[in-house]
Amino acid sequence: MSTGAPRRGFLRTWIFSVDHKVIGLQYLVASATMLLFGGLLAMAIRWQLAWPWTEMPIVGQLVFGDVGRVISPAAYTALFTMHGTAMVFFAVLPLLTGAFGNYLVPLLVGAPDMAFPRLNAASFWIFLGAMGLFLAGFFVEGGAAESGWTAYPPLATLPSAAPGSGAGQTLWLLAIVVLGVSSILNSLNAVVTVVKMRAPGMTWMRLPLTVWGLLVAAALQLAALPVLTAGGVLQLSDRWIGTAFYTPAGLLVNSVAPEVAGAGGSPLLWQHLFWFYSHPAVYVMVLPAMGFVSDILSVHSRKPVFGYKPMVWAMSSIAGLGLMVWGHHMFTSGLGFEMGRAFMLSTMLIALPSAVKTFNWIATIWGGRIRLTAAMCFALGFVALFVIGGLSGLWLAATPVDVYLHDTYLVVAHFHYIVFGGTVLAVFGALHHWLPKMTGRALSETLGRWHFLGTFVGLNCVFLPMHQLGIAGMIRRTADPSVYQLYEHLAPLNRFVTWSAFALAAWQLLFVVNVLWSLRSGTRVGRNPWEATTLEWEAPSPPGHGNFDRDLVIDCGPYEYGDAAGARDFRPQARSRS
Amino acid sequence: MRHIAALLVVALLAAVVVFFAISPAHGWWLPAGASSIAHPIDALFDGILVVIAAGFVLVMALLSWAVWRGARSQPGRARTTHGHLGLELAWTASIGAVLVGIAFAQLPTWAALRDPRAMPEGGATAMVVAHQWAWRFAHAGDDGKLGTEDDLETASELVVPAGEPVLLTLRSRDVIHSFFVPELRIKQDVVPGRAISLWFTIERPGTYELVCAELCGFGHYAMAGRVRAVARTEYDAWIAERSRARLTNGAEDAR
Ligand code: HEM
Ligand SMILES: [Cu+2]
Ligand SMILES: [Cu+2]
Repeated sequence: MSTGAPRRGFLRTWIFSVDHKVIGLQYLVASATMLLFGGLLAMAIRWQLAWPWTEMPIVGQLVFGDVGRVISPAAYTALFTMHGTAMVFFAVLPLLTGAFGNYLVPLLVGAPDMAFPRLNAASFWIFLGAMGLFLAGFFVEGGAAESGWTAYPPLATLPSAAPGSGAGQTLWLLAIVVLGVSSILNSLNAVVTVVKMRAPGMTWMRLPLTVWGLLVAAALQLAALPVLTAGGVLQLSDRWIGTAFYTPAGLLVNSVAPEVAGAGGSPLLWQHLFWFYSHPAVYVMVLPAMGFVSDILSVHSRKPVFGYKPMVWAMSSIAGLGLMVWGHHMFTSGLGFEMGRAFMLSTMLIALPSAVKTFNWIATIWGGRIRLTAAMCFALGFVALFVIGGLSGLWLAATPVDVYLHDTYLVVAHFHYIVFGGTVLAVFGALHHWLPKMTGRALSETLGRWHFLGTFVGLNCVFLPMHQLGIAGMIRRTADPSVYQLYEHLAPLNRFVTWSAFALAAWQLLFVVNVLWSLRSGTRVGRNPWEATTLEWEAPSPPGHGNFDRDLVIDCGPYEYGDAAGARDFRPQARSRS
Repeated sequence: MRHIAALLVVALLAAVVVFFAISPAHGWWLPAGASSIAHPIDALFDGILVVIAAGFVLVMALLSWAVWRGARSQPGRARTTHGHLGLELAWTASIGAVLVGIAFAQLPTWAALRDPRAMPEGGATAMVVAHQWAWRFAHAGDDGKLGTEDDLETASELVVPAGEPVLLTLRSRDVIHSFFVPELRIKQDVVPGRAISLWFTIERPGTYELVCAELCGFGHYAMAGRVRAVARTEYDAWIAERSRARLTNGAEDAR
């Protein structure tokens, strides 16, 4: 702890703090809560898909007691809408950019705090406001939003098109717009911190890949997020003041003309604006994870990252190309022949850097002295499952095949392999790696490995069969697959997926237990439990206000491991001067 | 420990391969294709599957081997290597070549599906109108034109001739829907405010399920329909029968 800091009360320390580490932890708690919440929604979704329209034990009575204890079609639609939104916007994105971004960026570049600490606190409190708006949707007339996390108009914009397209959708939009403001501020802060606050000697090519991942993600947010935010404002204005950016003329909803003042807009405009952001957003959801994994693989196999510069190039080109591929979500929307072709080509291009990185990761651990810590297990799990998600992307990038697979469960399998199999595993790995720094106490390695084993097996049992469901033509967002004869023989697969999902969810208790146990009675760790080189390990665990208790001068890159590292098998980036 | 870790990767490899291998036998696979476009699409699907399988096996083999070798107790330290330009270029170029290959392999099929120049001539066979949550169809009446008073209207089931190109005009009255017939391998969103053309040739007479594939509200899951393809003579007879019925009843019998 830095000496002489005046003791502050609980509120000043943990609630109204402007310290980047506290704000990071606040984000961590908030987004982990949303992860849990989104997970519970998923359980209800799976119940319905395995046993459509049957009464859920206990939960049915508690949550759906007033509607016959079963999930209604409208409630089901709200469930998956809120699941997707909670996971993408309020769990995974803030976990990466908010929690880890805040906690790690200053530490890893050798700065005492973020560039704008007050702005940082503001972005967290604005985020919390967005979360409140989002959750309030469940409690308004008509219920929560019902137009999917993609909120396509006119379904989203016409209150008469769905019960949830009334107040629920308005709150959803407000949440997204407010969240956009928060994330823009947060990203700005991260970029300025990396550009301006690096410790002496921390050149660009000495930044750990975690920092590169977070930096590129933040830059991508800055480039794309204003577009979604503006698009959301347009949707609000369609609702509130009768503009019709997204509403075409001549609609008849339930055989009556909807009460909208204007007409002549285009539903496809929203899809362009939405995906112009949300495709980059899927990369924002994976680039930081790629950074964490690169670092964890290197530290725990005692070997430098293979091809540091190619990795930096790959991440940057993913970001650049990521701004040019959004149309691959619209191959069946009536985009047109030439546009489809162009977006197919750019999508094929973006698969290249992702694939290259996989080979770099394998080369990183190749011939290493691998320590199979829980963190390492999760990082290896990321590599294996990211590959599956990337490979199914090839089917989706091939336009004629995507015409068939679009909006089927194959797409659901694809992105869950990447976001759950990839990013969420990377986050577990990162927590095993960095939580000891954050709390000063170790997690249980045994419990961590067991948690990994069950999660890895469970994940595959849940998401692998979704490929087959999609290939067989089962559409996503359906409340009851048994409506179609084509899907009849898929019922056993759906039930298997549901059982696996329940088991996978229950298994996550191991992690909760591990964290709680560690907070109470985990062994205390020193500054550098993993014998790692980067700057956060120079600071005390946990670091005090201002982070470092000595002046840092950086005189080498972040990955000096192995036989050429010097006296020990690793050479820290910082030479201490004082 | 290392046994478990390396085996886990091998187990994943085996499970994925076995599961994919047994899936077609259980019908957990592409339903039999019934349109002419189904052949090239399925061929692309299979071709890409081969690439995926090869890439997957390669990466899993390398990964499990690296873990197996790396996690045993070894004397000394790892060699400090920061990369290898040659290797880097080699795998970038080979992956790039595969991707370019896939990109070009699909162009003709995409053109057949969506290039306006591939659109069948002679006007639309029928108009499809989607709304929450049903499908309606109209064939031209005696005047030979669509969108006029004497259109022959049906609901739920679209009747088209088999063995020849069919051109549809898709419209929506309210929100976005999507016209998806899995066995024909076609899917096209139906966007309100636009009339979108869709064409295909059904090879075998039969009835094929029509699925709405775009979220269109809480009744989305139940927005089912059928496409019935019949021989040309039967089709002509059906049209004639329908126009007679329209004249005698003065209205269509939309179920
Ligand atoms: C390796 C290269 C990748 C390729 C070629 C690829 C391709 C595609 C394509 C073409 C789609 C549209 C599918 C459709 O809706 O019909 C898609 C959907 C999606 N991809 Fe990827 N993808 C890749 C990697 C990723 C990564 C890295 C992520 C996330 C971190 C990701 C997340 C998603 C998500 C979330 C969707 C679905 C969005 C939705 O419709 O709800 N993909 N991908
Ligand atoms: Cu995308
Ligand atoms: Cu629908």
